[in-house]
Amino acid sequence: MLGSGIIKGFIETGRNFAESYFVPERLTTVQYPEEQLPPHENTRTIPFLVYDASDPAVGLRCTACQICEQECPPGCIRIVKDTTKKPDFVGKMQFQPAVFEIDISVCMGCGICAEVCPFDSIKMDHVFNLCAVERLESMLVRKERLAKSNDYFRSIHPREAREIDAQRGEEKAKAEAKTRAAAAAKASPATNPVCGAAA
Amino acid sequence: MNWLDQIFVTSGHQLVSLAPASLQPAASVLLTIAAIMAVCGGCFALTTIIERKGLGRIQNRRGPNRVGPCGLFQPLADGLKMLTKEDIVPSSADKAAHFLAPIILTVPIWLTFSLLPFGRNMAALNLDSGVLFFFALGSATELAVFMAGWSSQNKYSVLGAMRAIAQMISYEVPLALATVPVLMLAGSLSLVDIVQAQGGYALGFVPRWNVLTPWGLVGFGLFLTAATAESNRSPFDLPEGESELIAGYLTEYSGFKYALFFLGEYLGLFAVSGLGVTLFLGGWRAPLPILEWAPSWFWFGGKFSALIFVFIWARGTLPRLRLDQLLNLAWKFLVPMALINMLAAAIWHLSPQWGGVFTSPPMRWLLTAAMLVFPYVWLGRAVNPRAGAKREYAYAE
Repeated sequence: MLGSGIIKGFIETGRNFAESYFVPERLTTVQYPEEQLPPHENTRTIPFLVYDASDPAVGLRCTACQICEQECPPGCIRIVKDTTKKPDFVGKMQFQPAVFEIDISVCMGCGICAEVCPFDSIKMDHVFNLCAVERLESMLVRKERLAKSNDYFRSIHPREAREIDAQRGEEKAKAEAKTRAAAAAKASPATNPVCGAAA
Repeated sequence: MNWLDQIFVTSGHQLVSLAPASLQPAASVLLTIAAIMAVCGGCFALTTIIERKGLGRIQNRRGPNRVGPCGLFQPLADGLKMLTKEDIVPSSADKAAHFLAPIILTVPIWLTFSLLPFGRNMAALNLDSGVLFFFALGSATELAVFMAGWSSQNKYSVLGAMRAIAQMISYEVPLALATVPVLMLAGSLSLVDIVQAQGGYALGFVPRWNVLTPWGLVGFGLFLTAATAESNRSPFDLPEGESELIAGYLTEYSGFKYALFFLGEYLGLFAVSGLGVTLFLGGWRAPLPILEWAPSWFWFGGKFSALIFVFIWARGTLPRLRLDQLLNLAWKFLVPMALINMLAAAIWHLSPQWGGVFTSPPMRWLLTAAMLVFPYVWLGRAVNPRAGAKREYAYAE
């Protein structure tokens, strides 16, 4: 009959209206600046650089390999290699960036840099409420501002950070075992040359 | 409690008596105009915020809640925004008509408020042909709408204006026909007399409002539907049609002129709501004898607000009609239904004189209700012949 659907609709919207005052689940909106929902783990905004331990100058994972610079579709990353090397987490000497800049007015947040990085150094951040009063200097984020601690990375990407930490721990253990074995091998010819020659 | 009931009337008289005797008639008129404009203007501001908040709640949102406590100062912010916006007139527009259209739209609507009895002895103007005058003023707004569309020199504006004309003229007919039974039974076109005719209580507690009779209920439904279309409100808002006509005849309006159109739309809504309350809901009369102590203007305001809420509720519920559906509804359903309703009202009125079973109220009820229910079902099928049939989609699965 004409009107039955209209009445059904009126009841539905009437329920929405009345229950919005009593049932909190009816109001799905979040009052943004006061209330904020935690971002999803896979949220990505702009990239940042991860450093281990407490000092970014020492613990920065980046080895200035420049893969991200080449892969970046809009070309917003600029890297200049430093002339000096520093040891990485396993103690191997690696290059480090003298300059690492990301122009976030150009960055499109695609996350390709984070995908291609072989050193788990560049990752995507969760910050989204960024603002600036001018559009040149404050849009160019330099190494100092890009560097964030591994603890921060663990807090925003717990799952991924756990995997990476485990992997790096394994590598480190392996490397340590290797150096220990090498040290042992270096030490053994002196005590038992026959064994060492057989090996 | 009589003094509270008449507080506005007596205080008005006292204010007027302060003026010199020769100026008293003019002072009385000016005071009435000022009071109506202040109350309706305030209602307009309040309705915009209540509507936005109500629609929000219906759609599981909160609505505006930032400006002032609970967002109550939102209308102020909106008004300031409207006033400070640039007033753009298209270079090819008919300047005079473009300028006059919003004024011609709002003036007749303001005039309609002079007829409404807001309470006991509270009608500014008791015209013997009140309802007729009301509809004459209501039709004047159509001219303004077409002026706005035509003078803008914009295809969307003209399309919107033509739709508006088609819609408003079509719905003028059922709107007028829906009120005819009320006029027939009250025997008067004066709105004050119509409220007077709805006085008293049947069985000691059921008010003799028109809406509580079969023909009154149907008439009220028809009136509400036609009034929604007449005031261009959703679901009949296709003259504006934001999604397909970029606001129709309002496309080329900005700033204060746009605000005037907005004001006119809401005032038109208030006017038809006030008329609906007066014609069908007993005007300023109390719903129960034991509630007679409350002032009459309180009851008018309460019923008026309830009706406005129904309009907001409908806007939040119903999707916009297509133009052909809109005109079909008017000509194939509302007009025949209104004509049958007139016949039912006549039988309701005359049947007690026939004697026999027809003198008993339940019999009259049954007879007129049957006269209305069967055509309703039958005409309803004609409006929507595919109702209940399974929908076939050509491309969607």
